[in-house]
Amino acid sequence: MQCDAISESLAGVVDGDIRLDRGERRHVERCLRCQAELAQYRKLLRAMQALRSDVALAPPGLLGDVLTRLEAAGERSAVRAALTGRKVAYIGGIAAATAAAGAGAAIVLVSRGRKSRLPLAG
Amino acid sequence: MTDPEPPGPDVTGMRSLRSDTAMRYRSLATADLDELVEAARHGDHEAFEELVRRTHADTFTLARRMVSNDDDARDVVQEAYLRAFRSIKKFRGDAQFSTWLYRITANCASTHLGRRRRHHHDELDEEVAVPDPRPDHDPAAAAEASLLRDRLEAAIADLPPRLRAVVVLRDIYDMNHAEIADELGISESAAKVRLHRARRKLRTKVFPLPGEDAAGDDVEEQAHAM
Repeated sequence: MQCDAISESLAGVVDGDIRLDRGERRHVERCLRCQAELAQYRKLLRAMQALRSDVALAPPGLLGDVLTRLEAAGERSAVRAALTGRKVAYIGGIAAATAAAGAGAAIVLVSRGRKSRLPLAG
Repeated sequence: MTDPEPPGPDVTGMRSLRSDTAMRYRSLATADLDELVEAARHGDHEAFEELVRRTHADTFTLARRMVSNDDDARDVVQEAYLRAFRSIKKFRGDAQFSTWLYRITANCASTHLGRRRRHHHDELDEEVAVPDPRPDHDPAAAAEASLLRDRLEAAIADLPPRLRAVVVLRDIYDMNHAEIADELGISESAAKVRLHRARRKLRTKVFPLPGEDAAGDDVEEQAHAM
């Protein structure tokens, strides 16, 4: 009866994700079936870890496809960067022209104001 | 000395860099992974290409284990390198480059699986055989190990995709629960539940106890996983 309940946890017990309480530990120490199941989980983890060193052969053309796609992405990115730079230059130019026009207008207004005040002063 | 901010993926010179001298290629070929990563972070595209050359088989292996299909794995690999290329300047070396790339690949595979699930049902009976490049010193032991490996790979490929992703990342690629949860867009507790469920299923299939049905509880697991 307790085997069924503990069996649910053994998949996590094997690497410490789940900790059994004292009663459950005592059951496992005495139960050959639970010990066997735990041993099988350990074998499973070792077999899984061994797969890490197995590297599949990459299919022909994969590397070329990846590099080509990277290059295409690189070119798109370069075009975007150039367009962004040009846009900044346009905006900067417009801003400078606007500022210059404003300054010019201010100078004109100031000089007109002085001219109109001169006769009054004299 | 301060480390200058890398300029990011300024790729205007990619084509011209490719026409560099043979000496340049030789130096890339002998550079270690850390040197290549550092160069790639600072906008050296040949260095990034060399990283792709050195890691693409490993990346493909992970992608295939997660999506269980060669064609889909190709798409995942391409997407993963594209994302890596765009974000290489953000890589600070807190983890190994391979781990960083695994996380990107896992994320791409997860996205791919999500898209695929919306379009059609996954084929769960496809077998994946990974060739063993190691020499056979002990033919009997090698044959046994090869058989076990094949059974395990087939059992992994048979898992529902959501369970498969978690157990592959945790038990083969040693990613922790937080990283897995982050890349798959699930909670840590969900990642643990899926991991334990996947292990139970694999254990029952590959290392069944006397009286256990190796076919396992496919219907129940698929219902849980989907």
